[in-house]
Amino acid sequence: MYSDSLNLNLTDCILEYDGSFDGFLCAVHEFYLLKLNQVEIQKEGSAQVALFAKRIKVITQLPLAEKVWKRFKIRIGGSGCSQIFRAFLSEEIGVENTLLRYIQHALSATRPIHSDFSHPDVLKVSQMVKSVGREKHRMEAFVRFRRTKDGIYFAHIAPDFNVLPLISKHFQERYADQKWMIYDENRHYALYYDLNKVEVVELRLKEKLELHKNPEGIYDEQEIEFQELWKDYFKSTNIKSRRNDKLHTQHVPKRYWRYLTEKLSDI
Amino acid sequence: MSFDRIKEKLNILADAAKYDVSCSSSGSKRTNKEKSLGNSSGMGICHSYTEDGRCVSLLKILMTNHCIFDCAYCVTRRSNDIKRAAFKIQEVVDLTINFYRRNYIEGLFLSSGIFKDADYTMERLVAVAKKLRLEEKFNGYIHLKSIPGASDELMREAGLYADRLSVNIEIPTVSGLKLLAPEKDHKDFLKPMEKVKNEIIQYKSEKKIIKSTPKYAPAGQSTQMIVGATGETDQQILLTSAYFYKEFNLKRVYYSGYVPVIADERLPQLGTQVPMLRENRLYQTDWLMRFYGFDVREIVDKNNPNLDLEVDPKLAWALRNLHEFPVNINKADKFMLLRIPGVGVKSVSKIIKARRFRKLNWQHLAKLGIASNRAKYFITCESSEFEKRDLTAEQIRGFILQNSSSKFRKLVSPQLNVFG
Ligand code: SF4
Repeated sequence: MYSDSLNLNLTDCILEYDGSFDGFLCAVHEFYLLKLNQVEIQKEGSAQVALFAKRIKVITQLPLAEKVWKRFKIRIGGSGCSQIFRAFLSEEIGVENTLLRYIQHALSATRPIHSDFSHPDVLKVSQMVKSVGREKHRMEAFVRFRRTKDGIYFAHIAPDFNVLPLISKHFQERYADQKWMIYDENRHYALYYDLNKVEVVELRLKEKLELHKNPEGIYDEQEIEFQELWKDYFKSTNIKSRRNDKLHTQHVPKRYWRYLTEKLSDI
Repeated sequence: MSFDRIKEKLNILADAAKYDVSCSSSGSKRTNKEKSLGNSSGMGICHSYTEDGRCVSLLKILMTNHCIFDCAYCVTRRSNDIKRAAFKIQEVVDLTINFYRRNYIEGLFLSSGIFKDADYTMERLVAVAKKLRLEEKFNGYIHLKSIPGASDELMREAGLYADRLSVNIEIPTVSGLKLLAPEKDHKDFLKPMEKVKNEIIQYKSEKKIIKSTPKYAPAGQSTQMIVGATGETDQQILLTSAYFYKEFNLKRVYYSGYVPVIADERLPQLGTQVPMLRENRLYQTDWLMRFYGFDVREIVDKNNPNLDLEVDPKLAWALRNLHEFPVNINKADKFMLLRIPGVGVKSVSKIIKARRFRKLNWQHLAKLGIASNRAKYFITCESSEFEKRDLTAEQIRGFILQNSSSKFRKLVSPQLNVFG
């Protein structure tokens, strides 16, 4: 299970994991198992180098991760766990270490801590959770499906955080009678719903898809017409004498315009 | 369908519908049970924002802009020389479904000019909603306009398919209505509202006994008033809102700053600025009435018939009632915490949660994200630092304005909660 025989009195070491949430849980497990106290949990290949630090490679084992997660659910509670998962999806540098401290604090506390905002790690986690939550809501709002010839509603997005796992349920419940796919351009994977279940598929489409131009006629013949209708509709809802660009871009930051059918002509 | 023709109609009928500011799509839960289309969790989503910063969540259109009436404030009025159009029932259904499937919208907001008579018009609105629900098995959001004067039977049917129903009273005073829409009787506005209110009450009591009672307008009723068209005071507007909230259990009252669209001597001149700041102050007050436990009479009265444009209504109230302050953050009850200027509902709940763990000082408040630049004149906390000068209301007002001169002029859209 461990990469080599270890000196268990380490005070300064780095736990290297594969970047997945399961991997992170295994790293936390390792931390407790080896009774470490000063660690850095890092993704494999991250640039930070700590001198004199011992590196331990964590091997991701799904059953172990599941076991750890189950135990957290009992000890830390449902809302605490959902905070941990969401904060993790922020992919912020160092999030693993904030979360490790958060978990330590949660496991040693006598009551749920997720609202103890005067504790720095709890506050930090809650801020990350908030940003991730905001991005989740944005994606639920900003996904624009385009109907392909074979009847799949396709959307591409590039969220700031890794929120696909969080939006899956929303789209499955809403679009239960149509096939759809949501592709994360930056992370190169997609959710695909085949009328029965949602699957996660690895996918590498070419950079910067220009989907509004109907490349190689991949769309249903009416698709472009509906896009035009929507763009027109969007234009006619505007009241010129109330124009407020600042408020507009505050709600729809420019980095998302690429995906929004109605904003494409403004780029 | 012929896209060119649809496009033309959509341009005309969306343009005429945009002055209705309501775009809420929340407050109704419809669960997708049979693997059909749509699911409403009760929380509306804004899918986009117009260039004026308003939320776009519904396909908001008129069935037709033909109208037999001549209300002075309305672009659709019969004497206005504009292009007219009318959608077919199926066209509205197709547009809604296709927009919804692409995740453009949460649903439909359908209104109409009055064609022939009230019932004929209402019937067509109901027909669209019925088709969407029964034939398309659509679980998205539907908001229908109740046409003043429509029969009770039609209003009852409307509520079976719609999530929300609304009648826009538009003009807050009876005298204003007489002046601008002399053909209209304000009782016609109240009748469908009364019917819907009673149906909702009946639904709620039947639901307790029979679980399978079909839903009736689960997101309730709303209305809209135009601000700044007839020289009415804020007090008149707000008393009218309070009356509607109370008498008809309305979910929302919307305030729409009058946009001059027609030259008419009874109305503000073309080119007159839309009173957006005033509109914003009205929304803030509305919020105070609904979520902060304020009574309308605490905010406007004979001596203060109009809201202060310089400071928000909560701060204005606090300045008039300095004897209620300072409030001790660690001891005060929720009611009083909600009255502290610059502290919103969310901050109050954070304070209440956090103070269970420890007594809060200024640093804690800052960490919780509570700005104290305004609140500091009104609170004390676990610290010996607090405002010790005996400042007058005028002085406090001066300090606050000095430090937030750019902020208080910021115009904010109706969907925003803007205390801070
Ligand atoms: S009845 Fe309605 S649509 Fe017709 S003119 Fe009056 S406000 Fe406009």
